[in-house]
Amino acid sequence: MKPAPFDYHAPRQLKEAAELLATLPNAKILAGGQSLVPMMNFRYVIVDHLVDLGHVDDLRGIAVMDGRLRIGAMMRQRDLELSPEIARHCPLLAEALRHVGHRQTRNRGTIGGSLAHADPAAELPAVCAAYDAVVHVASIRGIRAVPFRDFSLGFMATALAPDEMIAAIELPIWRPGHGFGFHEFARRHGDFALAGAAALLDVGADNVVRRAALALFGVAEQPVRVDAAAAALTGKAIDSTAIQTAAATAWLIEPISDIHAGGEYRRHLAQVLSARALVDAARRAGVDV
Amino acid sequence: MGKQATRITVNGKPHARVVEARLTLADFLRHELGLTGTHLGCEHGVCGACTVLVDGRSARSCLIFAMQANGCEVITVEGLTPDRGLSVLQQAFMDNHGLQCGFCTPGMLITLTELLRDNADPTEQEVREALTGNLCRCTGYAGIVKAALDAAQRLRNGSGA
Repeated sequence: MKPAPFDYHAPRQLKEAAELLATLPNAKILAGGQSLVPMMNFRYVIVDHLVDLGHVDDLRGIAVMDGRLRIGAMMRQRDLELSPEIARHCPLLAEALRHVGHRQTRNRGTIGGSLAHADPAAELPAVCAAYDAVVHVASIRGIRAVPFRDFSLGFMATALAPDEMIAAIELPIWRPGHGFGFHEFARRHGDFALAGAAALLDVGADNVVRRAALALFGVAEQPVRVDAAAAALTGKAIDSTAIQTAAATAWLIEPISDIHAGGEYRRHLAQVLSARALVDAARRAGVDV
Repeated sequence: MGKQATRITVNGKPHARVVEARLTLADFLRHELGLTGTHLGCEHGVCGACTVLVDGRSARSCLIFAMQANGCEVITVEGLTPDRGLSVLQQAFMDNHGLQCGFCTPGMLITLTELLRDNADPTEQEVREALTGNLCRCTGYAGIVKAALDAAQRLRNGSGA
């Protein structure tokens, strides 16, 4: 229950962090430590060097630019949960954050750490899938922008190379007045979800859906965008029948089975939670459904 | 693997130590400073017994390395107690059967101290949600929730009694 010995590095510049990561053998990034440190305590993970990004100011901050919200990778989940900018521009993220772990872990955990860890039941990767966020990845070679659909590669697997780290996440800002919904089913509040759904809806004054997005988590090896649901809704008037039809397309997922829940149960949850998330999104967009 | 220097202010008192990088803040508090009020249950961030305030925010001290806390202000359960007697929350725990074996109590007190600081009038649901990160294996949650609500009321009334 104690980590194996390692050397600790606390760079203050992004460039310095990238150089350490590129040159030190068997090095790993320490972000908030809420997933990595338990694994180190169990010695599932044994590193020779830990590069703590906690003092790199370049990795913090929230900025609005060109219709996008840019969030530094080292922003703590609790700060994002309380951020007026996030509540105003990306309310789906604020809603999802209330489900992430516990307050004690959100006080330390970061958005970049959650995305790099890529737990299939985690909320923040699902939000990034719904928005089709862009992940900015830094290394000694510079910064590259990776769309989330190319970033998430499978069970706890990402497009990050061993010498790369997440620098920032960019979320596209949807039109003011858009709707959002987030529902998950877990046995206890704060547990990892057996299944969950994140929905975004932009509905015109004529009740016609201009744009829709739905993402599921906890049901497969990585977050799943349900583009069939978005296609079923877009360009049509929204009502409860349309929502049920769209949510039913979540049946198409290939669910995982494990000790916590069977695949058929997860498939059922995926449809129920999709419908609930879409209903919330429609109501928040001002539609009476 | 070399040792490194860390300076941490604990309950208002600065401490400088040269430690192994792998030393957690929890073990720093317990072994280096002898502050054994912070309990270690699971050592992987599930039970919440080791919860302390780091720069005013609750955190699991088994998931922070002492090196990360370099320059931070830490409050442990020892730091909640006034010079004489008990804090309002501690007294409410005593009066409402908020502890049985006492193992989880330090983490419960820290978590609730943060909650009551930020929310003077929490609902029972808010108290229960705040406590989801703290396990009590005596399962004495009813008394703990009651104690939290009682303490909130006493603090709102401005009396420690």
